[in-house]
Amino acid sequence: MHKLLTRQPGLKMLLLGNEAIARGGLEAGVAVATTYPGTPSSEISLNFFQISQKSELYFEYSTNEKVALEVAAAAANSGVRSMCVMKHVGMNVAADALLTLAYVGVKGGLVIVTADDPFMFSSQNEQDNRYYSKLSGLPMLEPSSAQEAKDMIVDAFNLSEQLQLPVIFRTTTRINHSTEIVSLGNLQEPKTKGNFKKDPFNYVTVPAVSRNLHAKLLEKLDKAEELSENSAYNTIYGEGDWGIICNGVSYNYVFDAVKDLDIEKSVRILRIGFSHPLPRVLIQDFLKACQKVLIVEEGEPFMEETVKAFAQEEGLTISIKGKDEHLFSRLYEYNPALVRKCLATYFGVDYTPGSGVDLSDIPEIPQRPPSLCAGCSHRATFYAVQKAAKGMETICPTDIGCYTLGFMPPLSSGDFLICMGSSVGTSCGFSKATDKKVISFIGDSTFFHTGIPGLINAVFNNHNFTLVVLDNGITAMTGHQPNPGVDMKALNFEGYARVSIEDIVKAVGVKHVSVIRPYRVKKSIETIKEALMYKGVSVIISQEPCTLFTKALKKPRGKPFFVSEKCKGHRDCINDLACPAFFIKKNRVNIDPVLCSGCSVCAQVCPEHAILPLKN
Amino acid sequence: MKPTRLIIVAVGGQGNLLSSKVIGESALIANVPVRMSEIHGMAQRGGVVESSIVFGDAKSTIISDGEADVLVGFEPSETLRALNKCNPSTVVISNLAPMSPFTVTVGSGVYPNLNKLQSLIRAKTANLIAFNAELLAREAGNVLSVNMVLLGALIQTGKIPLTKETVQEAIKTKTKTAFVESNLKAFELGFSKANSLA
Repeated sequence: MHKLLTRQPGLKMLLLGNEAIARGGLEAGVAVATTYPGTPSSEISLNFFQISQKSELYFEYSTNEKVALEVAAAAANSGVRSMCVMKHVGMNVAADALLTLAYVGVKGGLVIVTADDPFMFSSQNEQDNRYYSKLSGLPMLEPSSAQEAKDMIVDAFNLSEQLQLPVIFRTTTRINHSTEIVSLGNLQEPKTKGNFKKDPFNYVTVPAVSRNLHAKLLEKLDKAEELSENSAYNTIYGEGDWGIICNGVSYNYVFDAVKDLDIEKSVRILRIGFSHPLPRVLIQDFLKACQKVLIVEEGEPFMEETVKAFAQEEGLTISIKGKDEHLFSRLYEYNPALVRKCLATYFGVDYTPGSGVDLSDIPEIPQRPPSLCAGCSHRATFYAVQKAAKGMETICPTDIGCYTLGFMPPLSSGDFLICMGSSVGTSCGFSKATDKKVISFIGDSTFFHTGIPGLINAVFNNHNFTLVVLDNGITAMTGHQPNPGVDMKALNFEGYARVSIEDIVKAVGVKHVSVIRPYRVKKSIETIKEALMYKGVSVIISQEPCTLFTKALKKPRGKPFFVSEKCKGHRDCINDLACPAFFIKKNRVNIDPVLCSGCSVCAQVCPEHAILPLKN
Repeated sequence: MKPTRLIIVAVGGQGNLLSSKVIGESALIANVPVRMSEIHGMAQRGGVVESSIVFGDAKSTIISDGEADVLVGFEPSETLRALNKCNPSTVVISNLAPMSPFTVTVGSGVYPNLNKLQSLIRAKTANLIAFNAELLAREAGNVLSVNMVLLGALIQTGKIPLTKETVQEAIKTKTKTAFVESNLKAFELGFSKANSLA
């Protein structure tokens, strides 16, 4: 049995924040869950995927976040409790659906989980998605711990049904990826089938309908504000006159800092968990009881702006600070010592930070950047493209996935990246605005996610570039999730179809389409050369299963290789491929047989044919 | 209960997350308050994995620079890199079997001298317990049990509020059945090694 299906209310379990969120969904009786995988949210949907195999939960990996939200929106408007999970930038993709869904509302509960990533541990930006609640006019909840995340999901569903609105559930990486002891609640049986009652004058958003719906949304928001005023998630601790307003993980740092500084008697803390709409009266009364107020929130001054506006309405002139060159930054994530220091500075508390160790005489430590795995097929493809394009002046837009790592030398295959699918759209622009040869890279899952419209655009507008689809048959980066191109039957999953990338590319009108197996180096280079010469849009589909996934499935891989006596030390293998299986011992190149996947690419690259398969 | 802060650093694939899990489960068994946080964005692609584990009465799950009570490094250069988390009272436990990063292979970095590395850490912290955990893991029958060897050494120091018996119980119930025996052996070898170095 899946551990999150444990039926023992009160049982204490060690849970990752993301597991706690998934458990919260089950305790709320969620019946439909959708996602596009993205760190730091990935484990929520991974658990739902596993659970859906063993329970009545319907779960799907949708092609992108917009589709995921549309699926969940329809289910919720059929009266079925639904959850839609994504990372913060996924919300940008889903935003078109989100902003009008806010007008239409829901019948069954809909909770949209957005996992923000301050410091960008695994993201391209650190946007603060709390602004989506303002932009859309939707209520928002933010947990401060794993336990609270679980409990709050249940309340989010109730809130959603009470207001008939989707609820935004916003986390940050340190909530998603913190592990705590969580006490379980009751599992609720999901109601898996609902009923959609036709009501086009409330559901079909033509202008005349939307004019009414917008007014209704504002009424619901007034009701939401009342609920926020009285929410148990907006709580005041302490009776001092130094005010602190905080949310999410910042609350934990504030709580610890106040203890460490021994100022518990002087402070009054307002922890905001129901953060849109903010509780106006609660905050104004809080401000009136304080001499000065510090706002502790990672990211943008979301609360600070509103709190200052609330103060202005009441004619309050006390000092209210947050983002400030001497206090908190809008950059990156916070930590306990930083919050302690800012509290001490702002409230004038005598505090000497503990001394760390002197690092001035520590020698430079070699960096250990993440790299493409030993035997990764992307490395082989990048190598072949580089060889095929030798002598050409190129621009190589890339995309989001493991293969983004190919931008590092020596593969140096990535010149521009802004978002999912951008490789294709930006190729159109680069090919028009420059005379360079444009060669772009996109993974299989990203191709399905948002690559296809760019490709159609390229065909229609007659652009000139070569798109390389790196098809490793899985969504690798986020932990090997399925995508529409995956052979689900081979993975022993029933009930899925399979979509061919080659068929799509041909169907949208690309005239020059080729398929390569990147481990066949010479043949791949020849095929790529041909595609590069084509004037217009050419597409190369590079097919080879993800080697890490193959290993995880315990499928047979090639025999490892070794460097024989024939090696003359050219080091083309290391210099051109940079496979992590290589290491230098006594000034000679060696291959780690444990890491080597037997892809044989280095053996084909070696000018002396010195790299040979190990004989058992 | 006064907070105790433990940082574990490792290279992706060394089993840091499993050792954190065993520690967490041990705390749950022993009813010790515990909160943990981990950054493992691209762990499977050879990057660094860092876990912070906070025992006792604190709400934060991360540990600021200079505030670790104990640092466990699964790889010597990573132990050195994490020295910013330490202060003069920190106890450091480190594996001495290097995993040379690829940047060294391609000549864009130099691996630090192991003797110098140890004397630097020793000079700046309260204590360094350093040994080749890989050899002991092999002796235990599974080269991948470096994590359990170091866990044994950590428990021996008595610096974190968990007993040997509790951790052994967590290893029995929370690690894969096929590996329980070698894990327990590795744990014991690490424990004895730290004892002999104390």
